[in-house]
Amino acid sequence: MRYSSVIQDIRKLAVILAVFVLGMQVAFAQNPTAGKGDVAKGKDLFANNCASCHKIHEPSTGPALTGITARRNEAWLQKWIRNSQSVIKSGDAYAVKLYNDWNQTAMNSFPDLTDGDIKDLLVYIESVPKPEIKKDPQGGGATAGATADSGSTNIILGALVVVLLVILIVLLVLTSLLTRLLKQREDLDEAEKEVVESKFDLGKVLGSKAFLGVLTAIIFLVIAKIGIDKTMDIGMQQGYAPSQPIPFSHKLHIGKYKIACQYCHTTVMKGKSASIPSSNICMNCHNTIKNGSPEIQKIYTAIEKNQPVQWVRVHNLPDLVYFNHSQHTVAGKVACEQCHGKIEEMEVVQQRSPLTMGWCIDCHRQTLVSYTAKDGNGKDVLNPYYEKLLAFHKSKGKTQFKVEDIGGLECSKCHY
Amino acid sequence: MENKKIYWKGFEELTNDLEFVKKAEKEFPDFLPIAEKDEENNTSRRDFLKLMGFGMAAVSLAACEAPVKKAIPYLNKPEDIDPSIPNYYATTYFQDGEYCSILVKTREGRPIKIEGNTLSKVTKGGTSARVQASVLNLYDLERLNSFMDGGKKASKDSVDSKILSALQATNGTIYIVSNTIISPSTKSVIAEFAKKYPSTKHVSYDAVSAYGILKANEKSFGVYGLPNYDFSKAETIVSINADFLGTWLSSIEYSRQYTQGRKLSKEKKTMSRHYQFETGLSLSGANADHRVAIRPSQEGLVVAQLYNEVVGGGSSPITDKNIAEKIKKAADDLKAQKGRSLVVCGSNDVNVQILVNAINDALTNYGSTLSITQANYTKQGNDEEMAKFVEDLKGGSVGAVIFYGTNPVYDYPKGKEIADALKNVALSISFSDRVDETSKLCKFITPDTNYLESWNDAFPTDGNYSLTQPAISPIYPEGTRQAQDSFLTWSGSKNNYYDVLRGFWKTNILKGQAFNEAWTKALHDGVYETNAKVATVVTPKDSTQKETKPAQEVKPVPTTSVAFKGDAAGALSAVSSAYKADNAKTELAIYQKVGLGSGAMANNPWLQEFPDPITKATWDNYALISKSYASQLGVETGSMVKVTVGGSSITLPVIVQPGQQKNTVSIALGYGRISTGKCGNGVGQNVYPMASFQNGSILYAAYEVAVAKAEGKVEMALTQTHQTLMGRGHVREANLTEYNKNPKLIREKYDIFINTADGPKKPTELTMWKGHEEAYNKNHWWGLTIDLNSCTGCGACVIACQTENNVPVVGKQEIINAREMHWIRIDRYYSTDADTSVKSMSNYEKMEDPSENPEVVFLPVMCQHCNNAPCETVCPVVATTHSSEGLNQMTYNRCIGTRYCANNCPFKVRRFNWFNYTNDEKFTTVNFMSQSDLGKMVLNPDVTVRSRGVMEKCSLCVQRIQAGKLEAKKEKRKVKDGDVVTACQQSCPADAIIFGDMNDPESRIAKTIGITKNEQKDIVLEDERAYHLLEEINVKANVTYLAKIRNKA
Repeated sequence: MRYSSVIQDIRKLAVILAVFVLGMQVAFAQNPTAGKGDVAKGKDLFANNCASCHKIHEPSTGPALTGITARRNEAWLQKWIRNSQSVIKSGDAYAVKLYNDWNQTAMNSFPDLTDGDIKDLLVYIESVPKPEIKKDPQGGGATAGATADSGSTNIILGALVVVLLVILIVLLVLTSLLTRLLKQREDLDEAEKEVVESKFDLGKVLGSKAFLGVLTAIIFLVIAKIGIDKTMDIGMQQGYAPSQPIPFSHKLHIGKYKIACQYCHTTVMKGKSASIPSSNICMNCHNTIKNGSPEIQKIYTAIEKNQPVQWVRVHNLPDLVYFNHSQHTVAGKVACEQCHGKIEEMEVVQQRSPLTMGWCIDCHRQTLVSYTAKDGNGKDVLNPYYEKLLAFHKSKGKTQFKVEDIGGLECSKCHY
Repeated sequence: MENKKIYWKGFEELTNDLEFVKKAEKEFPDFLPIAEKDEENNTSRRDFLKLMGFGMAAVSLAACEAPVKKAIPYLNKPEDIDPSIPNYYATTYFQDGEYCSILVKTREGRPIKIEGNTLSKVTKGGTSARVQASVLNLYDLERLNSFMDGGKKASKDSVDSKILSALQATNGTIYIVSNTIISPSTKSVIAEFAKKYPSTKHVSYDAVSAYGILKANEKSFGVYGLPNYDFSKAETIVSINADFLGTWLSSIEYSRQYTQGRKLSKEKKTMSRHYQFETGLSLSGANADHRVAIRPSQEGLVVAQLYNEVVGGGSSPITDKNIAEKIKKAADDLKAQKGRSLVVCGSNDVNVQILVNAINDALTNYGSTLSITQANYTKQGNDEEMAKFVEDLKGGSVGAVIFYGTNPVYDYPKGKEIADALKNVALSISFSDRVDETSKLCKFITPDTNYLESWNDAFPTDGNYSLTQPAISPIYPEGTRQAQDSFLTWSGSKNNYYDVLRGFWKTNILKGQAFNEAWTKALHDGVYETNAKVATVVTPKDSTQKETKPAQEVKPVPTTSVAFKGDAAGALSAVSSAYKADNAKTELAIYQKVGLGSGAMANNPWLQEFPDPITKATWDNYALISKSYASQLGVETGSMVKVTVGGSSITLPVIVQPGQQKNTVSIALGYGRISTGKCGNGVGQNVYPMASFQNGSILYAAYEVAVAKAEGKVEMALTQTHQTLMGRGHVREANLTEYNKNPKLIREKYDIFINTADGPKKPTELTMWKGHEEAYNKNHWWGLTIDLNSCTGCGACVIACQTENNVPVVGKQEIINAREMHWIRIDRYYSTDADTSVKSMSNYEKMEDPSENPEVVFLPVMCQHCNNAPCETVCPVVATTHSSEGLNQMTYNRCIGTRYCANNCPFKVRRFNWFNYTNDEKFTTVNFMSQSDLGKMVLNPDVTVRSRGVMEKCSLCVQRIQAGKLEAKKEKRKVKDGDVVTACQQSCPADAIIFGDMNDPESRIAKTIGITKNEQKDIVLEDERAYHLLEEINVKANVTYLAKIRNKA
């Protein structure tokens, strides 16, 4: 009795373990990291101080920064970032070579950055994976220092899986050993014998009512889920990338030539519509640049014939929703790529975000209201519009509030 | 408790008519079958096909990609037009003597909405239903898109060359027949034309003439113009048949002035007293403190008796005791307030008007409440010259005739004579924008552009100029040409009208100024004022002083040059012989409706469906008769009667109208068009031919008329008894003297308390609702207030709301089915003026028949945005919800159309889309603004066009709230009071509606209704007049009303 129950217990343990290991792997795949503050802080620092000249994986005004901690040590980097010219003047060979390699373009000095800040920066830089690897199905919605310490977490999780697997094997070996031992004994009663001699009968399990019931339920739920998802997808055009009458390349114009979005989409900061550029905006440059190209000639033809170019609309919102660009770009300070994805890498513009109501609502639930505004000196001051709202939330002990908290989920904010 | 006054919307309600009770009990009158059924009531073949079709469509929808949509930018974007950002252009509306300085809201270059121009000293930002609706005329499908030559389309050049040769060849008189032209530049163009063709005669007439006043002023003061009235300075107003709040002369301007004198506040405790003597119940009569019904044949004698009373002596021709008594009372008030009173009269008889001038002169009102040195020129029509033209036309001495902005075949009493004679004229040209009754008979039509496509100027009153500028380039550039340009072309001028206009302003109006700057400013403002003839008016700083002695405080315009020199005695004797005190015959009064006016805009479905403020009737005109006369004839509302005047007769339905003089019948002008377009053709009967001539001017009455019961009965499209509040308390009113004695009076009289174990409590103190106060106090708490003392019931807000919010037009049959869609309705209640306190048999008898001359209250009702909203709790799909800013939100795309919300709404403000008005062929004619490509241009792109099966209602113009908030956020500031103005508020000529943030103690709304907050941070209304509808059911509306105060005594 005792022995057989031990075996049963061990078997149970093994099953639990096995489930746990499997579960770990699933969890592992879904939840790569719970980010640490330093990466996020580093990201902000990078965006505010470095991004205008440096990119992480490709050279820009300054060199690509990936692998910098391997190339130079932290003490050197601290000195260099705070005041690169002094390092060069000190005759440091690496610094002088770098300076000359980059056409003697002096790097700005950042004396205010603390050691901690620089550490955060470096951690962030090293945490950014190569862009090809980075999957971003939600059009860039995800933020929070994604993959910084995912490396270490991976190792820990991997080790855990290995340990659990080992325990599983040990347990299995243990049961088989014990079973074999018990089989050799004669003094077992009927019940115990049954346990010892019982075999794991897969067929019986599969044939059992409970299993079939569960299976049917699962199949039903899966089909229902797929069905509902598919129904929800009707009219959803994520990934829609129609070919345009003129194969205008955003990759070329923004990616390579760094033309600001607003240069062509003139009303994106002013009105509801971001506006498709009129042909006269194209002509600002193309009256001299590449004006012989057959594609550019199409614009000339349009102007001569007095028939505007008929672009294919990529982002279509239904008429029942009121979406205002300037509300998001100016009042909400949302960057273009948050919804439109990396336009600068798109040869053909694609709808990157699902543009569903769920997607809108998600963002309204997560986004903090930016209630500050730059004053004349570029300092952040409170935007008087939000004075009352801030006071209200402060009275509730909160210094920050989300779009949701100021009515961002109410129907008539978008539907009227 | 003591409030035993009965209010009723129509006789049906008062008498508890069977039909009315049935309708009132059903939330949705007659659940009519919408799907077509065959005789056996089986599903028809069409339904089967529809279902099939739906099935097929659903299958293919699931299989298909969404359709490809195009994004078409400008080729060369105009610098100041940004997609999705509205532009506003100041311009001027002028039609049928109605002048209004306006701002046109354009989106992507399309005019979509008219707003009042607050910079104008004349209209001060007010508008009227017609002004609001005029934007739709631009997109009228009936507009001609080509020049016409003998009924066939022709090119501009060929028409021009034919006209030119005909003009040069003619040896008869060339007549230009126009409406009143208030544009000095246009007059200069016509003068140039006349110089080229010396036989030219310019005749102007008005469809609704004011020739009597004009001629009287010429005789009295030597000025051919209308006086400039200022009702705000008048403490006693006596009007004899002048509907100055509705249709008489510059009613937008007068509404603002009138309500300024009627408003009450903490500081202002006085208001004007208004006497109205009239035949049918008009908008002004409905607002008057004392109203007396008179016959048209007594009109002159009423004025004469008033004159005698005011100046003293003379006979008393009026024998009716009731009228005589009121005249005496009015005269006493007038005499007590010399210089602060005003007498106006709608008569078109020059002698009557001379007497009115004499009365105002005797009361020293000139220079204070009215001025003739600073005249008004919005009516200039000369009836005698017009009559001469008709004689010439018949006599054959007319070589050519040009109709500019007129349609005399329809709207001139002798239209038929013109139509017959027109055939014999060698050259006839019309500038009409459509084939109308007159232009149909003309050889050529050279369509004028719409006013929103044109350049022009206006000189409505001395000292005020304004400009008309195009808000859109001509929709038919090849097929239309501005009339002035046509004149210029035919005079052989090389200039276009724009150059002429600028030139005229440079040399005349803006003389001696840096022209470009001054011109740009005038164009931007839309108005230009010059003090040339106006004395500086010093507004006193101390407001209390102003009230007591306003006449002394305001420096009057010098009156020395305009001493009254009319022959009052002569006029008096002429009047005495022309009018009768006791005519035994039935009489006819011809009036204008507030909606359609003269009928020039009859093809405008918004105006056709606009419920008349008094009768609440749509889509028809009718014979208004009193209840006693109706029972005498054996007719009731909807019965047909035949009305015969002289030789002409018309058959039309009856509406029994409280307040109508017993032996009279009133019929409105503007109906019975036969050639205006699909929408207006054949609606009602034309009553212009029944007007006659008296003393040289048109008389809009007949002293002898035969009314006979005719065959048949029709259902009238009346909205008056729809959406009833079931007689629950909704109107609060008091008399001024009692109110001033005890301001708490209204509260004491109307506040409802509920008895509990702890004694009587206010309904708001007993609640099971959690309340929204916490959310509301986060930032905004929007509210609307309506001052019933200011609201004149004109209905400009109804059309403004319809335009702003893409509200569909449903047509006559659907109105009969009680399915009108207007988001704002103006409930008109009658109540008796009988004194309930006197307990005598004769008084009870008086109370038995209260319809003789009822008091009227106008109550605009839109969604009340209840905090404890009954609609929200019953929606099964949460399609109607509450915002944190006090709005009751309606989400169309979530609504599944159960209509539970409408059932549960105590105010009956929810409207259900019974049909797909944007697609259903039943509504193609009436709803062309959402069914045709051209019409769709008028839709507001910021507001969803609703589909069939969803509920809708007033949103407090949430699109404007959101836009105002966004602007503030972007500009990094708080929302200022006045940033957000709802469409109804913007349009209101009476300034009766105030919208604002009730959390902002500095806002106008907070000050007007006296907002304070209690410990729960809930709003408490301090003002004694402020109240909510149905306070007893504790829905806690965010729309507040201010009780009506009458100044009877």
